[in-house]
This record gives sequence, C-alpha cells and structure tokens, in this order.
Amino acid sequence: MSHLLDIHDLEVKFALRTGDITAIDGIDLTLDKGETLGLVGESGAGKSVTGFSIINLISKPGYISKGKIIFNGEQISSYSDEKMREIRGNKISMIFQDPMMTLNPVFTIGFQMVETLQAHQKISKSDAIDIALEKLKKVHIPSPEQRLSQYPHELSGGMRQRIIIAISLLTDPAIIIADEPTTALDVTIQAEIMDLLQELCESDNMALILITHDLGVVSQVTEKIAVMYAGKIIECGPTDQVVKYPVHPYTEGLIKSIPGTVIKPGCDLVQIPGMMPTLTNIPPGCAFNPRCYLKGAICTTKTPKLKDFGNGVLAACHMK
Amino acid sequence: MKSSLQKFKESYFLYSFRQDKVAMASFIAIIIFIILAITAPWIAPMDPYDANNIDIMNSEIPPSWNEGGEKSFPLGTDNMGRDMLSTMLYGLRTSIMIGIGAVSLQAFIGIFMGLSAGYLGGKTDAILMRIADIQFSFPYLMLAILVGAIFQMVFGIGRYEQLAIPLLILIIGFAEWPMYARTIRASVMREKNKEYVEAAKVIGLSKPVIMVRHVLPNSLTSLMVISTIQIANAVMSEAALSFLGLGMPVTMPSLGSLIRSGFDYIFSGSWWITVFPGILLIVFVLAINLLGDWLRDVLNPKLYKG
Repeated sequence: MSHLLDIHDLEVKFALRTGDITAIDGIDLTLDKGETLGLVGESGAGKSVTGFSIINLISKPGYISKGKIIFNGEQISSYSDEKMREIRGNKISMIFQDPMMTLNPVFTIGFQMVETLQAHQKISKSDAIDIALEKLKKVHIPSPEQRLSQYPHELSGGMRQRIIIAISLLTDPAIIIADEPTTALDVTIQAEIMDLLQELCESDNMALILITHDLGVVSQVTEKIAVMYAGKIIECGPTDQVVKYPVHPYTEGLIKSIPGTVIKPGCDLVQIPGMMPTLTNIPPGCAFNPRCYLKGAICTTKTPKLKDFGNGVLAACHMK
Repeated sequence: MKSSLQKFKESYFLYSFRQDKVAMASFIAIIIFIILAITAPWIAPMDPYDANNIDIMNSEIPPSWNEGGEKSFPLGTDNMGRDMLSTMLYGLRTSIMIGIGAVSLQAFIGIFMGLSAGYLGGKTDAILMRIADIQFSFPYLMLAILVGAIFQMVFGIGRYEQLAIPLLILIIGFAEWPMYARTIRASVMREKNKEYVEAAKVIGLSKPVIMVRHVLPNSLTSLMVISTIQIANAVMSEAALSFLGLGMPVTMPSLGSLIRSGFDYIFSGSWWITVFPGILLIVFVLAINLLGDWLRDVLNPKLYKG
C-alpha cells in the first residue's frame, strides 16, 4: 500500500566550519490521507527540521544528505526549487509558531490571501476573494468581509492564527504541517485552535503533521505519535497506546512530567534529569543513556534500533 | 468601512505633522519652491535663455529698493544683463530637476543592488558591496571632471549645453548610489529573517516576488528618510559642481552656476548676483533637511509615543 507521504531513512546535515553535524539521523515516517501525526520532542530534537525538510526548505547550511521523501508516489526530495514551489503552499501547507510575525505587516489580509491563490493558479481577483471568504468562514472568523481589508496589526493573536490557517487552507492542501501552532497563544485560544485544526482535518480529509513539545495537545488531537530525541525517532505508534503504555524511558519521563497525570497536587514535579545533548556532542550508543534510569552496559556502546512492541508501537531501547 | 482618505485624516502621521510647526513650514516652503520651479516659464518676467531679451546695457543693476535700481528688475540683474528673479526661477527649476533625476537614478541602482545583496547574501552580497565600496572611495569630483571631459571630447563643447542636465544626473546618480545600497541592504537583512518571509517561501512564492513584493515594502521607511537627505545632497552636489565650473554652463544657469558667476563681481559691489541665489539654495536645502528630520522621527517606532 502506498502512503500519501513516505519519509524513508531521512538524514539532514548542517555543514559547519568544524565539519558536518547530523540534525536528523535516519528517520522513517509515513502518513496516510486524513491521518494526524504528532511529532513530539524537546527543543533541538529535530522536529522543525523534519517539517521543513518535507517541503525542502531547510535553511542554509542544512541539506538533506540521505534518504527519500515520497509524496503522492513522487520523490519530492529530488525536485528542483521551481518544481517544489508548485507543491509548497499548494499541496503541502505549513503553519508557524508565531502568528504575530507570519503575516506581512504592510499588506491587508485580503491581499495576502489573494496572492497565495494567484501564486498557484490562474484565478481572477474576485474569484480569489470568494474563495478567501469561504475559507475565512470555515475557520469561524466573525465578519469575514471586513477582515479582508484589515491589516495584521488590527487583529488579535488568535484571530491571526485563524487567518494563517485559512491561508494554508486556500488551495485545499493534502497535508498541513503545523509547527507549534499554539505556543504563542494563551491557553483558551490554544484549545480553540486545536479543535479547529482537528475539525478541519475531519471535514476535509486532510492530513496533519503537528509539531509540538506539548504531549497534552498531541494526545487530544492526533492518531499517531512519533517521539524524537537528538535527531532520531525513539518511539512511535498509535497515540493512545504510546501515551498510556510508553515503552521508551524518555517517553515515560515525558508523560510522567505532565502535571495532573501521575503527579498529584502538593507533590514535587517529576523531571527527567539532565539536558538533551547538543548535536555536536551526542554520546555513543543510545543518545539518551546519560539521563536514563535503566541504563545498562550495552547502552553506551550500541545504538538501539526500533523494535516492535506490539499494538503498532515501535521503540528504540535495549533494556525493554 | 472607513475610506482611505478618512483613515489618513485620523492617522498619527497627519496628527504629528500638524503638531510640528517646523515640518509644516518646511513642507509649505518645498511645495512653493516646486510650484515656482514648474511654472517658471510662465511666471518669470523674462526668459533668461533667450539672447534676444538680454541687453548688456542692463548689466549689474542693483535690486529695485537700492539706489540706481529699476522697477522692472525687482532683484537686479546679473553681469550679462539678465533679470535676477527670472534667472533664479529657471535656476531653481534646473537644480530641482537634476536633484530629483539624480536621486531617482541613485534609488534605482541602489535599491536593485542593496536588495539583491541583502536578500541573496553570500557571494552576491560580497561582490555587490565591494563594488559599492570602490565606488564610494572614488571622489565624485574626480569622476565629474573625468566624465565631463570625456563628454566634451565626444560630443563637442557646442552640444555640451544640451547634454549638461543628463550628464549631471548621471554623475551625481552614479556617485551616490552606494548610500542607497547600504541603507537598503541593512534593512533587508533585518527583514529577511522575519517569519513572514519564511511564510512567503512556504506558500510557494519565487525569490524575486518575495524580494520586491514582501521585503521591499517593509524597508520603505528607511528608503523615504534617506531619499529626503539624498535630494538635498544632490542639489548641493550640483551646486558645488557648477560652482567649480564642472556643471551647468553660464548660459543655462542652475543655482550653483549663478552663485559662481556672481562670485567674480562680489568685490566690485554687485553682491546681489551671489547672495540671492545663495539664500534660495540654503532655504531650499534646509527645508528638505528639516522635513527629512521630522519624517525620520515620525517613522521611527522607537520614538513613537502615540
């Protein structure tokens, strides 16, 4: 069976003066139509780089050194920049972290929406505005006609993020990559935006890749989850399985450290000791071994491979 | 829905303009100068370019309120018998024309170079900015003498009169474009790392479109401020070149060449030939600079207190 998106053995390196460092070290991911995938991990684990490498927009000096990205049966990782532009924003859209910054401050919302449409299809301005209005209604923006002539600074953060989602919906993409879409928003708006994304995925049969460090958000919205650590996927599987029965000690630690699950009011917060290693200084063997409570002799010498733990869960740990 | 006119009426921009008396006065002065320059052929009492109107017997008549002055020459006449008022109006016209022309050329080259250098970065940036450095290390007077000499050789002194304006526009335009390039580059480098540029890439826009349609409009603030400074600079450069005899010929005087032509007579008592064009030049340049100062303050978000 062919998947909508198939990332195979992807390796991304950054060419620095001191030599190449590996930001993503051979990850495999698949995504089907209408499926929602959560990509979880600490800062610097390679979540965002994975997102950017799908649309081939890794900023210099990064480059894809190995592996394939197959979208709709075509290997898009070898596309030229020009060919790739037809896919970006058209079949695969991306939503960023900070809605305050993603809209161009000097243009109206309407201008930016029409521009996106006209970049991908020959369409008259009035038709484009009709589509824009329809999408604005879809993301539940009050009085959409008025918004079209407003500038980004006239809108609130939550409103802007809705507009960004509406822009990403304009061309009816097959996949939306949402890179921490709610981190810059306050909690009540976060929930609204996540509900909206989920609703849209269901109604339009769109696939969603949700990049976040918030396990709570992921567990509510996504069907599948992949936990990343130091450029590798260390555990992946159906979200409810992984959240309820985490295999890898790192995933376990992440879930335990959410207040309100294991921790009860009045208790100390559970932490994973230590910090994620910097990419220039990844320990040999399992990258998590300095912080792991299960650490054995093999962990410092051999890099663990993903093993099947049943119920669709894969994890990379020697000790389980 | 508010109309854009109404929005403008309620804007901080207009409010701050109304509060600032200096800015208002400079703006009014500049508007008056520009109107005078445009309408010079119709409002000037005589056409100083037409040799038939000039009578050498009228030369060096003092301003009308002085002893020996004549009513028909309110500000006196110059050494060739041309009415000072008319000559100054025409001179202002020439100066403004050269100023605006040269700044347009500077802006065109500078924006192109600065935008490419700032946005593309890397080798393009290094090469373009080194060209700008070389250009800047070259004194423009030397360039003017060189280009002027070549022009006169190629086209002959006879045609120099007709070619003087485009020549000066070219010289001043080429001499000062690095100012634009550097300003734009700095502002583009600041803007290009913002997320809306990333977002524009993600929606699949091409590099030229992102550069011109997204980055450039966000750099307009510094562009506007530097433009006012550069127009004043260009008018001054033109005056300096003309004063040194490298600019406009005496038969088609700009303000600079008028000041120069009067300079030879200043010790023989005919002060008005130099002083009146000098005052006009100073007031014009001062007005532009004051307006530019206000613009810089009002467009600077760090000083924004509204």
